[in-house]
Amino acid sequence: MAKTVVLERKPLSLSERTYLPQIVTGLKTTFSNMFKPKVTLQYPEEKPVIPNNYRGVPTLVKDPNGREKCVSCQLCEFVCPPKAIRITPGSVPDDQEDREHVEKAPQEFEINMLRCIYCGYCQEVCPEEAIFLQDQYSSSGYSREEMVNNKQKLYELGGTLPDHHYKWDKKKEAEELGNAH
Amino acid sequence: MFDWLPQNVWFSVGLKVFFALMMIGAVMTMAGYSVLAERKVSAWMQGRVGPNRTALPFIDYIPIIGPFLRKLGIFQPLADGLKFLFKEEIVPGHVNKFYYYLAPLVALVPALTTMTVLPFGQMYWPDGTTSILALADLEVGILFVFAVSSLGVYGIALAGWSSNNKYSFLGGIRSSAQMISYELAMGLSLLPVFLWVAVPGAQESGLSISGIANSQEGAAWLFLVQPVSALVFLIALFAETNRLPFDMPESETDLVGGFHTEYGSFKFGIFFVAEYAHIVIGSAIFTLLFLGGWHFLPFMNDPWPANWIGTLLGVGWFLAKTVFLIFFFIWIRWTLPRFRYDQVMHLGWTKLLPLALANLIVYVIIVTLIDQSNSTPF
Repeated sequence: MAKTVVLERKPLSLSERTYLPQIVTGLKTTFSNMFKPKVTLQYPEEKPVIPNNYRGVPTLVKDPNGREKCVSCQLCEFVCPPKAIRITPGSVPDDQEDREHVEKAPQEFEINMLRCIYCGYCQEVCPEEAIFLQDQYSSSGYSREEMVNNKQKLYELGGTLPDHHYKWDKKKEAEELGNAH
Repeated sequence: MFDWLPQNVWFSVGLKVFFALMMIGAVMTMAGYSVLAERKVSAWMQGRVGPNRTALPFIDYIPIIGPFLRKLGIFQPLADGLKFLFKEEIVPGHVNKFYYYLAPLVALVPALTTMTVLPFGQMYWPDGTTSILALADLEVGILFVFAVSSLGVYGIALAGWSSNNKYSFLGGIRSSAQMISYELAMGLSLLPVFLWVAVPGAQESGLSISGIANSQEGAAWLFLVQPVSALVFLIALFAETNRLPFDMPESETDLVGGFHTEYGSFKFGIFFVAEYAHIVIGSAIFTLLFLGGWHFLPFMNDPWPANWIGTLLGVGWFLAKTVFLIFFFIWIRWTLPRFRYDQVMHLGWTKLLPLALANLIVYVIIVTLIDQSNSTPF
């Protein structure tokens, strides 16, 4: 156990009671502060560095093969606390070879940025790793309609992220080898 | 003074009006740029950059100089002034209209009136004579300054009362209480200065500002001779100009905006300018009384020649000292926290007033001893 030391508080000396030496010290501090480097960022010209796990605007991403990953399972729509996400499910046409074995895809995917609270539940819940909150932090618009990000906009914002699984490739491979799944 | 000019009443009146306009222009410009200095210095002291966006179309395109001026925020006062001018003027329904409109004027007029007796330099004429550069070099200049500058508190008290707002009212009350407490210490702190300057046989009137300034030529500056007077006067000056750490009437953390809570647009702008004009004039007065006015350094004769160059350099040197004091005002503001209201009263009545009195008595004795021994000080 550390022993508690009670410091004796000495009565202030005469010079301390005038406060003047203390004021001079304070003046020195503020004066030296004038010449220190500034911490201000000239915002529109200089952008801040965004850390990796930043939760910015939710976006949809494609895999490195350029295929959309979302299968419109609507889990994010269900989990979204402020109900900002609205998905219109659609099917993948059979004639698209590069999207073989993908069963569904969203026909329309809308995130209302006026409702979104950036909680990141959609990213957390997504089984396909298709929705990510990335480094986009500034969204603005002149009307309410503009603030609803549609599917095209979401893919534009999201771009492509590296994929560790290539789920649909594996599925295709498995089927070719005779496994159902 | 103007023997070489045509002797005509209207001409001399016109000349005076011209000088008066120039003086107003100079003081108002300095007040405007003090606002900018306040913003810039506070920014620098807090690790920020300060206003650096305002740009005038043509000047901004000059290479190097244009961007440099923009970074300094040189055009910011223009933008601020225009903003005040063009903002919607909102008059709350619950105010006493007449006094509400009157208050900003009552605040501004004393601030601008004191500058009539403010000497800012010494003119060296070709025939070897000198004259003081001032609109009116009164023999009792410092009394006039005290009499008029104290009227500024009426504007603040009136604004606080006519706003019919508790916060404003408290601001006004505090301001008048503070003014009463510090006016005494301020006046008393200057009496030793008058005593010192007006020794028997001295040429200058002890109450003339220019006389006090000139008595420091080639001699000790008065703040060296009378440090306690200078200190008390400086502290009282902070209180009189309502600057931190004594900005009781405003104290935005406890009184919203203080006396000008209900004021907006140009009327607020007038209060703002009046406040900074007070600072400019207060700095100038302190420079003249304690820092040697337009004279070079203590114990040194003016190094500049006694012609028009010397005149300009003297005025420039005086301005430099004044600007430094304005900076000092700002510097103190961003260093010291605000005193509590009762602490302000305590400091004024139980510390500064007795100190000023004791100082007066000590100097009365010293000056008497010096006079008795028939030697002139310094």
